[in-house]
Amino acid sequence: MTDLAAKVEAFLAEHPPAGADPIEFLRARFDAGLAWVHFPVGAGGLGAPRAAQFAVDEAFAAAGAPEAVPAAKVIGYGMAAPTILTFGTPEQHERFLRPLFTGEEVWCQLFSEPGAGSDLATLATRAVRDGDDWVVDGQKVWTSFAHAARWAILVARTDPTVPKHQGLSYFICDMNDAGVQVRPLRQITGEAEFNEVFLNAVRVPDAHRLGAVGEGWKVAQTTLMNERVAIGAHAAPREGGLIGVAARTWREHPELRTPGLHDRLLRLWVQAEALRLTSERLRQGLAVGQPGPEGSAAKLAFATINQAVSGFEVELQGEQGLAYEDWTMRRPLETDWASRDPGFRYLRTKGNSIEGGTSEILRNIIAERVLGLPREPRSDADVAWKDLPR
Amino acid sequence: MSELLYSEVENDLRASVRDLLSDRSPWTAVLARTETDQPYDLALWRTLATELGLAGLLVPEELGGAGASAREVAVVLEELGRAVAPVPFLGSAVLATSALLAAGDAELLPELAAGNRTATLGVTYTTAPNAVFPASVHVHNGRLTGRIGSVVDLDVAEFVVVPAVGAAGPELHVVEVSSARVTPVVPLDLTRRISHLELDGVSGRLLATGDAAEQALRSALTTGAGLLAAEQLGLAQWCLDSTVDYAKTRYQFGRQIGSFQAIKHRLADLWAATSSALATSRAAASALATGEDVGVSVAVAAAYCSDVAVLAAEEALQLHGGIGMTWEHPVHLYLGRAKSSQLALGSPERHRAALATLIDLPA
Repeated sequence: MTDLAAKVEAFLAEHPPAGADPIEFLRARFDAGLAWVHFPVGAGGLGAPRAAQFAVDEAFAAAGAPEAVPAAKVIGYGMAAPTILTFGTPEQHERFLRPLFTGEEVWCQLFSEPGAGSDLATLATRAVRDGDDWVVDGQKVWTSFAHAARWAILVARTDPTVPKHQGLSYFICDMNDAGVQVRPLRQITGEAEFNEVFLNAVRVPDAHRLGAVGEGWKVAQTTLMNERVAIGAHAAPREGGLIGVAARTWREHPELRTPGLHDRLLRLWVQAEALRLTSERLRQGLAVGQPGPEGSAAKLAFATINQAVSGFEVELQGEQGLAYEDWTMRRPLETDWASRDPGFRYLRTKGNSIEGGTSEILRNIIAERVLGLPREPRSDADVAWKDLPR
Repeated sequence: MSELLYSEVENDLRASVRDLLSDRSPWTAVLARTETDQPYDLALWRTLATELGLAGLLVPEELGGAGASAREVAVVLEELGRAVAPVPFLGSAVLATSALLAAGDAELLPELAAGNRTATLGVTYTTAPNAVFPASVHVHNGRLTGRIGSVVDLDVAEFVVVPAVGAAGPELHVVEVSSARVTPVVPLDLTRRISHLELDGVSGRLLATGDAAEQALRSALTTGAGLLAAEQLGLAQWCLDSTVDYAKTRYQFGRQIGSFQAIKHRLADLWAATSSALATSRAAASALATGEDVGVSVAVAAAYCSDVAVLAAEEALQLHGGIGMTWEHPVHLYLGRAKSSQLALGSPERHRAALATLIDLPA
């Protein structure tokens, strides 16, 4: 048994998961350095290799240990925590990481804007220094969990007179501030998983800045790299994704089968299995070092296969494929895609090639950072942001 | 979950094979050889087999082999595919060797492992692992008669492992090629030859009968299909790498063509497909090495890598533009190899059909 496995075992013996108060259990897990073992001691970790985390998570899951609410994980665990760890001060580590891990404080991400999607660096939300604070004005969009979040990671423009990448700074924004207004953003499924967030004279203390003034782009890169890895590097069992749902339908409904659909299903199954193995290989490779651009490939393939499988599923349904379960506007904090109907999956997966980096942007990233191909010529690199055409 | 990364030993093996091939078998030499009467580079094969000991990788040490596994063989095949090297490694060190191993032979295997002899498997190259046992050769009074079309690497083989039907059913024999008639086919793939085999009352050495013969043949074809995926992977990687290099050096409209998204997005997709091919190929090699999950892993790798290799060669040709269409450029060697290999040892469609049974997705 490794030292780490022994530590987990000792922890579980001292804190039996059965009947434990979830928050108290997670606080103790954080304090023991078993939250994310690759973080340093005192920040929820033990300074262990990144890869060791998988075994620790598995051991806790196998023991039936309490976990934070799902809404805490996507942005908080996947993006905010590694960014705070990399760029935060000791005071910021102390204040934010523990309640983030326990899920007492949910996080959201204030990056995209109506005028800044793929070209995130052109964003227009302004932060102006006022004494010890910054005053923030602007509009953000596609914000998951904004209506449940206590904190947000925020990128805003602190200097419009320099080229777009240089004038950004990165902040931690209090979602309870009176100037923050959250409105649901209804999407093509009928639901509103996301929000629009309006920021009117929101005050952010300078102590809540991550990284230097003007270095917001560099900080945001850390967040975005982790976003793609969070999506792409998750180990899954065979038939673990949407293909499993399609395969179950196929097995349970012989009356829906046709020869043409059969070959398509098998092609999709092979493609899904290839993606699963690719992600598994990426996961094994993460044993050393930081997430690389390879995560972009997994995300790209994930979007393609999800869209193909869900389109297949609607066709497989035949007459039932004409129906849609429910257009009621809801604001879910988590969505179990497998329990929804194929029509919902068909519509929702259309977002997979847009959210978290469009497939086109991901192809650029792969081409430039993995293959070393030259960039497209850029007309905006040396122009002050305020002078860019828009 | 199987180990999908390369070990240090495997990386060292790759480096030594790549060094040898870049020295002895550059594409210019491969191309020059295609129109001679010696399409195979037997001197290179001798070096691979004897000096590097690669012919006996799968053979246990007590039979004079290296006692390695399918994982190491896969690494060698990746490099051979990358170089479209004209050597009979697939026929001899993979197909014939696997059949002999499964049939419990101890006579020819030491000779193959030592590189003294070369053999192949007497099946039509398109035969899938789940195909019915071939019945085109019959045995009467210990003598074999019949015809097997399109046998891979037969041109340079001294022995051929022949599936035949005797009075009591399936049999597997070792036959000396010199006692048979061999008719070469003009091949689509200039770097790997196929020939028809005709046997007219030829005597063979009986290896196995009944279920044992069937199982030995299936085992050889399964190993072959799973490891051919590694060769297809290496081929795809060469196509990707050389096309990326070309896109960086070719200028049109005052720019490197690799700066156009029309080019770079196709290459990004090809890189992603090649990365997935690598994962499926590694999984198949690991499955063959451990004996776990062999059926599904091999079918997935064979179905996936066959198509990726063809895609890679076709993309390489298109993205090279006019130069890719010329005889003097190597991409056509890769295209011919990729397209032929797609049919070999079971087409993607045949492997998907096999998969349907294995994973309970019936038609």
